[in-house]
Amino acid sequence: MRIGVPTETAPGEKRVATVPDVVEKLVKLGFTVAVQSGAGDAANFADDTYRAAGAEVLPTAADLWTASDIVFKVRAPSVDEVELMHEGSTLISFIWPAQNPELMQQLAARKVTVLAIDSLPRQLSRAQKMDALTSMAGISGYRAVIEAANAFGRFFNGQITAAGKIPPAKVFIAGAGVAGLAAIGTAANLGAIVRANDTRAEVADQVVSLGGEFVKVDYEEEGSGGGGYAKVMSEGFQAAQRAMYAQQAKDADIIITTALIPGKPAPKLITAEMVASMKPGSVIVDMAGEQGGNCELTVPGEAVVRHGVTIIGYTDLVSRLAKQSSTLYSTNLLRVTEELCKTKDGVIHVNMEDDAIRGLTVIKDGSITWPPPPLKLPAPPPPKPAAAAAPAQKKGHGHGASEPMSAKTLALVFGLGAVAFLLVGHYAPASFLKHFTVFVLACFIGYMVVWNVTPSLHTPLMSVTNAISSIIAIGALVQVAPPLTDAGTDRPNLLILGLAVVALVLTAINMFGGFAVTRRMLAMFRK
Amino acid sequence: MSAGLTTVAYIGATILFILSLGGLSNPETARRGNLFGIVGMALAVLATILGPRVTPAGYAWIIGALVVGGAIGLYAAKKVQMTQMPELVALMHSLVGLAACLVGFASYIDTSVQYSGAEKTIHEVEIYIGILIGAVTFSGSVIAFGKLSGKIGGKPLLLPGRHWLNLLGLLIVIWFGRVFLQAESIGAGMFPLLVMTVIALLFGVHMVMAIGGADMPVVVSMLNSYSGWAAAATGFMLSNDLLIVTGALVGSSGAILSYIMCRAMNRNFISVIAGGFGTGGGAPAPAAGGAQPAGEALPVSAVETAEMLREAKNVVIVPGYGMAVAQAQHTVFEITKLLREKGVNVRFGIHPVAGRMPGHMNVLLAEAKVPYDIVLEMDEINDDFPDTDVSMVIGANDIVNPAAEDDPTSPIAGMPVLQVWKARNSIVMKRSMASGYAGVDNPLFYKDNNRMLFGDAKKMLDEVLVALKA
Repeated sequence: MRIGVPTETAPGEKRVATVPDVVEKLVKLGFTVAVQSGAGDAANFADDTYRAAGAEVLPTAADLWTASDIVFKVRAPSVDEVELMHEGSTLISFIWPAQNPELMQQLAARKVTVLAIDSLPRQLSRAQKMDALTSMAGISGYRAVIEAANAFGRFFNGQITAAGKIPPAKVFIAGAGVAGLAAIGTAANLGAIVRANDTRAEVADQVVSLGGEFVKVDYEEEGSGGGGYAKVMSEGFQAAQRAMYAQQAKDADIIITTALIPGKPAPKLITAEMVASMKPGSVIVDMAGEQGGNCELTVPGEAVVRHGVTIIGYTDLVSRLAKQSSTLYSTNLLRVTEELCKTKDGVIHVNMEDDAIRGLTVIKDGSITWPPPPLKLPAPPPPKPAAAAAPAQKKGHGHGASEPMSAKTLALVFGLGAVAFLLVGHYAPASFLKHFTVFVLACFIGYMVVWNVTPSLHTPLMSVTNAISSIIAIGALVQVAPPLTDAGTDRPNLLILGLAVVALVLTAINMFGGFAVTRRMLAMFRK
Repeated sequence: MSAGLTTVAYIGATILFILSLGGLSNPETARRGNLFGIVGMALAVLATILGPRVTPAGYAWIIGALVVGGAIGLYAAKKVQMTQMPELVALMHSLVGLAACLVGFASYIDTSVQYSGAEKTIHEVEIYIGILIGAVTFSGSVIAFGKLSGKIGGKPLLLPGRHWLNLLGLLIVIWFGRVFLQAESIGAGMFPLLVMTVIALLFGVHMVMAIGGADMPVVVSMLNSYSGWAAAATGFMLSNDLLIVTGALVGSSGAILSYIMCRAMNRNFISVIAGGFGTGGGAPAPAAGGAQPAGEALPVSAVETAEMLREAKNVVIVPGYGMAVAQAQHTVFEITKLLREKGVNVRFGIHPVAGRMPGHMNVLLAEAKVPYDIVLEMDEINDDFPDTDVSMVIGANDIVNPAAEDDPTSPIAGMPVLQVWKARNSIVMKRSMASGYAGVDNPLFYKDNNRMLFGDAKKMLDEVLVALKA
C-alpha cells in the first residue's frame, strides 16, 4: 500500500508528518511512500533527502491524495483536503473528534477510515510509544521555557560575578502534566528556582524528581479526572487555589501555565490583578492559548505586554521546534503503522479487537465509531488510600526497630511468657534458674545487638556467629581429661575421650575456618 | 588457674563476643569485630584448658585435635570461592551440630558428675534436647550443603502426608523422652536416646529436603540459629554459662536473620519451614492466578546495552543468584569501573533474599572490589528508580517482579520488590524466558521500557564490556 505525506496547509504549521528516517523504516515494512514536494521544507527536510530515503516525491497535493491509500498528516484535514480523499483510503492525523463534529461528518461521507492520534487510549501502557500528545506536549513545554527566557531580561541561573551578584530567576509552573513537567525540567536545567502546582496531588513526586518544588493548595480535594487528565474542582478549592496563585504571582519572575481540562475552555488561573501585581519585566507563557488561555489577558497566538508583563499566548509552540517535533511525531505514526501491519507485508489491518487500535479509530469505512466503548483495564494502579498506606507499611524494613506489635499480640506474648516463667520458677531447682537467668538475658542482648547489623554484612555475620558457636569446644575440652573424683570410678574414660576428641576436631575446623573466612570476607569490603 | 580466674576469663570472652557481633554494624568496625571474636575464643579456650576442669593428661590430645581441625579449617577458608560461601557456611553448621551430639553423648555416659532428684531430671532433659537439636542441625545442614552445592536437586521434595510424618516423629521423640527419663541405668537410657537421635536426623533431612532453592536464605539462617541453640543446650548440660550466653547470642542472631529473610519474601516463617511454596498447601502454586501479562518481550543486543549504559547518567544494577552462578561479579565490576570513569553514577540495589544466603550478593560484589558505599539496600534505593536512566537486572527474577505490587492474586503478592520498572529503561539479563523460582510469570519482561538481554550473564557482560571499551 502507498503511504502519502502531504504538505501541511494550516497557516503557521511547520511540521511534517513523516521524516526521511521514518520513510526508510516504512519502506522496510513493505509500504511505498509518496511525499508532496516541499512537505518537509519548513522542518528542514529537503525533497532530496526524502528521495534518498526511498520516497517518491509528487508535485501537487491533488496527485498525492489521489495516489495514496494511507495519508499521514499532522493537523486535521481542511474541507478541501477531505474532498481529495477517495473511498476506502485511511487517514492518520490529529482530528479532535469532540471539537470537530462537522469534520467527522464530512470524513464519514467520504467512506474512509480515520485514525485520530489524539484519541489514543493513553491509559494503556503499550500505547505510550504511539502517544503523540505526550511527545508534542513535551516539546511545547521545552519551547515555552525557551520563549520565556527569550522575553525575560535576566539570567535564569544565579551567579556571583565581578560585576555583582545575580539572583536566580523564579519560575512558577501551573499544571504539571507532560508539558508542565518538561517545562520544569528545562527551567531547572537552566538554573532557575522552579515551583509548580497541579490539582492532582500524585504528581508532586514527579515535580520534585525534575528539580522543582511542589506548591500545595491549602485545601483537601483530589483532582484526578481519569486518563491522566485533571477535572473541574469545587468552589472552595478554587478560592484556595486563587489565593495561592496570587501569592506566587507576586513572587515569580516567570509564570508558565499549562492547565487544560479536556473538552472545556481552559480555567482562568491568572487574573488581571495578579498580572498587575507581578514585577515589571516578568513573563507569562500561556500554553493554553488555543483553549482561551489560563490568563485573563492572554491574546491567543500573540505576545503582548500588559502592566509591564510580557504575556506570550503562542499556539504554535510545537511548530517552532519543527524538526524535533516532526521527528517525534513521525516516530509515533511509525509505531501506529507497526501495530496496524503486524505481518510487515505493506498492508494495514485495522483490528477493532485491539484496545489501542479501537480507541484510535474514529471512523471505520465511513461509519463513525467515536467515542469508543470504555476500556476494560486490567485493574489500573488504583489511586486508593491503600496505595498511600502501602509505602508506610514497608518502612522499618531492614534493620532497626520494626513496627510495634498490636496490643493484643503483645498481651498474648507477655501472658504466655509469664506462664512459662511461672512454671519454670515453680519446678526448677535453684542451680538451673541461675543458668536460665543468664540464658534469657543473653537472648535479649543478642536480639539488641544483631538488629544493628547492616544487611550487607549478613554473610559475615553468619560466618562469625558460626565461628563463635564453636565455643561448644569448651564442652568437649572439659570432657577430655577432667580431674576424676571417687564417684566416677566406673567412667568409660576411653570412650568419652574418643567422643570429645572427635568433637574437638570438628569444632576446631569450624573455629579456625569460620574466623579465617570471615576475615577474608571483611577484608574485601572497601570503600 | 583457679576456678575464679576461669570464670573471670569467661566473662571477658562473653563481652568480646558481644562486641564482635556489635562490630558488624558497619563495614569499618567489622574487621575489629572479627578480631574481638578471635581473641574471645582464644581466651575462652585457654582459660578452659588451664582451668581446673582439665588435667595436664589431656593436653596432648587437645593440642593434637586443635592442630588437625585448625589446619583443615584454615585450608578450607583459604580455598573456598566466594560464590561457594553458602555451602561452606552450611557445612560448618553441620559440624557444630555433630559436635553438640557427640558432647551430649559423652556427657550422658560420663558418670563422674552425679545428680539426683529434680537436678538429675533436668540434666537428662538437657542432654536429650541438646542431642535432639544437634542432630537436626547436623543432618539438616548436610542436606542444605548438598542442595546449595548442587549435589542434591533444588526442587522441594514433598512426601505425601509429610506434616503427619513430622508429627508422628515428634510424638515418638516425646514418648522416648519419657522412657529415657525413667531409665534406671545408662545402658537402659541409651536405646531411647539413639532412637531419638535417628528420628532427629531423619527429621532434619526431611525438613530441608522439603524446602526449595529460593527459600535457602531462610534455611541457612535457621540452621545458623539451631547451631547456637545446640551450643546453649550443651551449656545447660554442662552448667557452663559461657556456652549458654554464646549459644543464645548465636541462636538469636540466626533467628533474627531468618525473620528478616522471611519478611523480605513476605512469607510466614512456618510456611517456609513447612516446605514447598505457598501457604503450606503442598503443591507448588499455579503459574499465575491473576492476569497473564500481555505483550511481547523485546530483546536487545550486548552492543545496544553498552550504548544505553554509556548514554545514561544514573545506572542501578540489580544482581541475583544468576550472577553468582555465572561468576559474573568481576565483569560487573569492570563495567562499573569503566562507567564511573565516564562519569556515570553506577549503584547497586540488593534485595534481602537475592542469592542463596543473607548478604550473599554483598560478599560477591565485595570480592570483586566493588566499593560498599555504592551497594545499597532495597529500601535505600527503591525511591531512586524514577531518577534512574537504566536499571540492569543480572540473573534475578522474582525480586524485581512488579506483580508482587500490582497483582493481588499473584502468589508473591505483597513481597517487597526492587522497582526497576520505574527507571526510564530496564534491561533484564536472563538465559531464557523461563519463570523464576516462584513459578510466576514476570510482567516486567513485557513492559514497554524493558529490554531482554538473553544469554549467560558472564558471556553477555563480557560482550557489553568489550562494546563499552570500543
